[in-house]
Formats: sequence, structure tokens, C-alpha cells
Amino acid sequence: MEKKLQTPITNEVIKTLSVGDEVLISGYIYTARDAAHKLLIELIENNEPLPFDVKDQVVYYVGPTPAKPNQVIGACGPTSSYRMDKYSPYLMEKGLKVMIGKGDRSKEFNDVVAKYKGLYLLAIGGLGAKLSQCVIENELVAFEHLQSEAIRRLKVVDFPAIVAIDYQGNSIF
Amino acid sequence: MYKIERNSIIENVKRMLLESVKTLDKEVIDAFQSSRDKEENPLAKSILNKIIQNHEIANSKDIPLCQDTGIVVVFLEIGRELHFDYDLDEAINVGVRQAYVDGYLRKSIVKHPLNRINTLDNTPAVIHHDFIPGNKIIIHIAPKGGGSENMSALKMLSPSEGKEGIINFILKTIKEAGGRPCPPLIVGVGIGGNFEKVAILAKKAIFRHLDDVTINPYDKELEIELMEKINKLDVGPMGLGGITTCIGVKVNSFPCHIASLPVAVNLQCHSARKSEVTLVGKEITNTNN
Repeated sequence: MEKKLQTPITNEVIKTLSVGDEVLISGYIYTARDAAHKLLIELIENNEPLPFDVKDQVVYYVGPTPAKPNQVIGACGPTSSYRMDKYSPYLMEKGLKVMIGKGDRSKEFNDVVAKYKGLYLLAIGGLGAKLSQCVIENELVAFEHLQSEAIRRLKVVDFPAIVAIDYQGNSIF
Repeated sequence: MYKIERNSIIENVKRMLLESVKTLDKEVIDAFQSSRDKEENPLAKSILNKIIQNHEIANSKDIPLCQDTGIVVVFLEIGRELHFDYDLDEAINVGVRQAYVDGYLRKSIVKHPLNRINTLDNTPAVIHHDFIPGNKIIIHIAPKGGGSENMSALKMLSPSEGKEGIINFILKTIKEAGGRPCPPLIVGVGIGGNFEKVAILAKKAIFRHLDDVTINPYDKELEIELMEKINKLDVGPMGLGGITTCIGVKVNSFPCHIASLPVAVNLQCHSARKSEVTLVGKEITNTNN
């Protein structure tokens, strides 16, 4: 039975989740993948403000297909998370709590998640059509020039994911 | 001599891409269903069910199966009696452009590996050309995802490493890739040729139909043995364990140098999108005679 989670996901809720738990996420999440992460980290290094407050937020690694005129969003499955490993600690330092993506991450990343008592969730790769049905709002936040890699704020309902690294750094891999 | 209209190439490329991004071959779906029925790992079963549902939604709602609508790979088999009075590769790229721009597909190609500036229309495609007898052209096309492509590998083995060396290299590649290439996979293997030939053999292998059986006895034996061993790796759907790491292994071979044993493995994710069409040329009549 899946556990229902509402964003922002609180520390108390994060502590109840174990590796392998299937969850359904509802609420707002932010999209960002390689190119957006690179720009966010540049802003942090230059002591400039981020385009959204990452504190206690959820970031989803995705670059969707463009929405057709009658759609909220196109296909929107996860991209591989390991490519964000070198960027994520900067965002977690700023308060980011939860990341959603696909595949394993570096061994050292388990310790990063434990340090900030965060959470890494797996979305199932290649479910672009199915996951698009969970998105009810889609708003551009920043970096429009990055096209599919722009940062968007999505409102999701019952978005399915699996706990891959828990707040203590235990990993499913 | 025979010709095929430029527009027919463009229209067919566009149509095949728009269909393939939302529809998998029936044999692939059948393989997911039978794997789901055999899986005892609950997470593996649940993931396979979701993959099957995803296909139903993609079809009924006209949404791509996966947001990564790939880099376009094309294998052309060109009849020797055909004459082209236009740039065939350019026509294919026009078809790609129309599919990705008009069809709301994701543009995932950058102009230079270091400047990372998007071409905004998913061109250029990677196009390979072969010649065949006759007056037809066969176009094989696949929007190939980046995740599984990134986990593919090539190695120049020593001949002494033999079959065991080939198998170990492939198993290591798939085990280490884990969930990253989005298993269940179709595993394309090339053996022999040289450095670039073996990569093309592996790529061509993933274009073969799932039920296609090679006539080469060495390749056939390798396909059977690899299928069994890969599915014992416990990588499973999305790398979370189970007996469904791959739904097919295809091996293509070619003669090679006495000093070499090249091996390449090209991984195809579960979104195994591809299409093909055969176009027959129209005879060119010479009006001057």
C-alpha cells in the first residue's frame, strides 16, 4: 500500500519513510536537470539569489516534452540522477529536502542525504505518459532559454515514487 | 533507373517518428506481460505493470511514452537501381525537423558537445547507408534515448579472451549500469570487425525484431547464453531486482583481424521505439527517346 505524501514534506514525515516504501506525492514540486543545476550553482557561488526558495522543497529531475495546446504538460518521466550528484549538496546546504529522479547515485551521496536528513525518491524511468497524468499545473519559474531544461513549478496529484535513500542514508541500491 | 520523391522520404520519416514515440512493437509488449506474470519480486511486478499502463496511456492520449524522444538513428538500405536527384540525408533531416517541431517532441540535440547549444529541431539525425539490389529503399528509424546510450560500451579484447571474455564484459557492463539505462533492456551486441564496425554491429542488433533468430550458430549460442546469464544478474526492472533485466539479446558478428576481438554492447531501454518502411521506386522514363 502506497503512503500518501503532501509537499512540502516535513522532517517528521521524512523520518517515517524507509527504503523501498512506495509513495504517492501531492502538492508543488520544482523541475530541474543538468543545465538548470549548473546555473543554480553558479548563482550560489556568486552569492546571488536563487529564482525560487529551495528550503524544504522537492526537486524533480525532468525535461518534459512540450505540452500540446490541450495539455498541461507533455511526457514527463525522470532523468538519471547521478549526473546531479556534484550539484545537489549545494542545494541541500540551502535547505532542499527531497530529490526525485531515476537510477542510483554515487556511494558518497548516501552520506550527503544523511547529513541534511533529506530524501531521495525514485520515479520509474520511461513512464513519461503515465506520469504526465499526475500533473495538474505547470508554471515556468526560470531559465526559459533552457527549453525543456527550464525550471518549472508543477502541481502534482498522487505522483508515484519509491524511497531510494532515506534520511539516515540507507540506500535501495 | 528508378526514383523516390523527396516528399515521400520526408513524410515517411515524420510519420514513423510520430508513431514510434508512442507505440511499441506488439512483441515487446507481449514480452513485458509474460515477464510480469513470471516475476515474483513485488516491486519488479509493480514496475512492469506501470510500464504496460504507460503504453496504454501513450496510445490512447497521444503522449510520448518517454520525455526523452531521443537522438534519431537511421539505417538506410538503398536499392542500387535508385537515382536521387536531391540530398537524401537532408530530406531525412527535414522529416526529423517536422516531426519534432510540429509533433511537440523534445529537442535533445546540442550543436557542439562543448557549447551545449540546442539545435531546436532535434537535427541532425545519425544516418548510416548500405546498398542492396533492386529498386527499393528500406528506412529503419529509431528515436534512441540518451540514458541507455550513455551506459553502452565497447572494448577491444584479446583473441585469447574468447567467448568467456565477451560474456564477462557484457555482464559487467549491464551489472554496473544497474537501473540507469531503464531496464528491462534489449541488449544489442557486436563482435568482430574493427573499432567502428563493432559499434555499428551492436547498434544494428537493437533494430532486429525480438523474435528474429540469427542463422549464425556462434551468434545464436551467444544470444541464448547471454539472455540466461543477464537475467540472473538480479538487476531487474529499473535496477530494483528481479528476473527481468532483459527481454532480448541480439548478437551480430563480422570477420576480424587475427590480433583483435572487438566487442560492443548497445543498450536499448524498455521504451524500445523503432519503425521501418519499404518504399518502391517509380521508373524514370526518358522522354527524349
